[in-house]
Amino acid sequence: MVAKGTWFPGRVAARPIQLIKDTGEIHMELSTSRVTSKKLIRNLAACILTVAASHHAYAQDGEKFSVGVVTFLSGGAAESFGVPAWNGGEMLIEMLNEGGLLPPPYDKPGFGGLQIEATVVDEAGGATKQVQEFRNLIQREKVDTVLGYVSSGDCLAIPPVADELKAFTLLYDCGSPRVFEEGSYEYVFRTAAHAAMDNISLAKYIESRGIKMDSIAGINQDYSWGQDSWADFVASASQLNPNSQAETALFPKIFAGQYGTEISALVRKKADIVHSSLWGGDLQALVLQAAPRGLFSRSQVALSAGDHVLPQLNDKMPDGVIIGARGVNGLAARPRGDELTTILWEEYEKRYDVFPVQAPFRMWQALLGLKVAVEKAMDANGGKKPTDEELAAAMKGLSWTAPSGEISMALADGHQAIQPNAIGTTKWNSETNQMELVDLVYYGAECVNPPEGTKANDWINAGFPGAKCD
Amino acid sequence: MELLAVILVDGLIYGAWLFIVSVGLTLVFGVLNILNLAHGSIYAIGAYATASAVGAYYMYGGGSFEFGVYLVMVLAALVVALLLGPLLERGLLRHFYRRDHVILVLVTYGVFLILEDLIKLIWGVSPLFVTEPYSLLGNVEIGPLFYVTYDFLVIAVAIVVGISIWYWLNRTRPGKVILAVIHDREMSQTMGINVNRVFMISFSLGVFLAALGGALTAPMISVSPGIGVNVIIVAFAVVIIGGLGSIEGAAIGALFVGLARAASVHLLPEAELFSIYLVMAAVLIFRPEGLFQKTQARKI
Repeated sequence: MVAKGTWFPGRVAARPIQLIKDTGEIHMELSTSRVTSKKLIRNLAACILTVAASHHAYAQDGEKFSVGVVTFLSGGAAESFGVPAWNGGEMLIEMLNEGGLLPPPYDKPGFGGLQIEATVVDEAGGATKQVQEFRNLIQREKVDTVLGYVSSGDCLAIPPVADELKAFTLLYDCGSPRVFEEGSYEYVFRTAAHAAMDNISLAKYIESRGIKMDSIAGINQDYSWGQDSWADFVASASQLNPNSQAETALFPKIFAGQYGTEISALVRKKADIVHSSLWGGDLQALVLQAAPRGLFSRSQVALSAGDHVLPQLNDKMPDGVIIGARGVNGLAARPRGDELTTILWEEYEKRYDVFPVQAPFRMWQALLGLKVAVEKAMDANGGKKPTDEELAAAMKGLSWTAPSGEISMALADGHQAIQPNAIGTTKWNSETNQMELVDLVYYGAECVNPPEGTKANDWINAGFPGAKCD
Repeated sequence: MELLAVILVDGLIYGAWLFIVSVGLTLVFGVLNILNLAHGSIYAIGAYATASAVGAYYMYGGGSFEFGVYLVMVLAALVVALLLGPLLERGLLRHFYRRDHVILVLVTYGVFLILEDLIKLIWGVSPLFVTEPYSLLGNVEIGPLFYVTYDFLVIAVAIVVGISIWYWLNRTRPGKVILAVIHDREMSQTMGINVNRVFMISFSLGVFLAALGGALTAPMISVSPGIGVNVIIVAFAVVIIGGLGSIEGAAIGALFVGLARAASVHLLPEAELFSIYLVMAAVLIFRPEGLFQKTQARKI
């Protein structure tokens, strides 16, 4: 399902057809008119010149760069990830198109002067549907780039199709390391770090704060995200503290909502650490049900991706919970006060009356990376709108600055990003009536991400060789 | 021993919740012979309506009589039932009674999809929180664990709902009329029973019970789109174990599933989801009609 500029699912007609197509229609009309052969040749020549001239003029004046944005607009991941991501994306596209609102090198309008036009597609419906939607975007809507995918399942399904269609594609959110650890793609890039970073950082934070980590329990959703997060955390913890032992691993199904029994099991165990990568409504329900039952006071709870529920839970999230934001995002980014973060934060709060969490940060990260890649490709090709091949060449190994810090396409032969991360601890500020992350620790990208050519699991199990931590 | 007590308490709490969310489904099937796939979205509407009603209650000074919030929750479910029950039964389902059962299942699936989008139209995609009723009653210490007293309120409501429905069906004249319609629809009609009215009342009661399930769940969760999807799956498992159309069966089925799941989470967490369907498969091997469903002769 396709929507434009709105969260509500529903197909909306494509924006005005590209001029080159309109010009082609004029050509057809001329060729079918009744003319002599001399006139026909003259008309054809004139027409070709007109097409060439108009195309050249258009590339400089009003040509557009169309982006197919795929994210959850409905379903369980919409409220936590999809909708805030698109809110941030829509806002950034408007700001970029207007130009001059962001600091250099993002101050030029659009992408190298090309106005950005977004077609938004709902990611709900599963991988099979998304493959079809992807083909629609490339072949029917003829977008210049597809930027999307929160679900790891979709991120694993799309890349082979993108390479088959030779379509430049950016994965902006999903966390599964398997995308590039088990595959290699020419036209596909992921602009955010994979999920191993989140759990490595979490274990390092706990160890660095001197928090006991001998016994670990976990509650994670029963699919690849939850299973991988738990495995990465347990492996990292055992590297940092050889005494640490996983005691209870609970894997309720996704969107279970009822965690009374699981909370009993966790409270009974009294583990030093309770790890969870739950997200969205599941995480909110766990916090609401576990807080009055004393889970947070009996164990140190660590949430690898928990920042995104803070605007909704507010003071219902207990103090002292260790939280990651899958990058230096949201509340973890705010205290640094850099210019891009400040602009994102203030504009987002003004528009949506809530502070931005990790999803809009990752969307900005991807769109700004795309802008840098498009402009780099245009510099190389003389200012024309770049082809998929030119975009892929420009994106490979690219580095750029985002509100979440310096992003570098350092892994998977320049196709997978690494980025800095931050972990903090919740503390309710009763004066501002806002949750804050205190005792923040920032980790450099090369401290918590594996080096090129090494799988995340192997790197963790080898004891993080070559990690560059300040 | 301590572990056994914990499993028992956890199983009872989960089973009670399961009974409330599944009893409406089995009632509707028993009377109307409809597998109501829209049950999950009605549950979700009950949760949303409760979230809105409780929010309004506190906004307009309900904090001065906090326990009144529980009455507000029941009233919210009642309003949902009064609006949706007659509308769906009279406006839609009635036109398909003479059609194949599969058509009716598809119609209720269509209603499910429509209601899911209706929820987003009315309440949007942002989650709603109404945790006050959950924390209002405080905690109870049982052995080494704290439980939220609200969980035991859910058990009490499940017992009251179960006994009330049983009493109403078996000891009151309107209930006996419904049983007569379940037993033989045509004969009941010839004896002067207004079968259409019985259908509407029964369906609305089913809607009320689904909405009540949502209302009781709302304080424990973040009320957000999609919460009704999983409920319908587990509710079906419960009513199949108990026997489609059997109130007693739903109660026993919910208890079995609750205890099996609690035991699994504490003893063999990897098999948590499997345990529910293991119970279902085990029951169906020995009682293909479910625990409380009598084998019926097919009319030709």
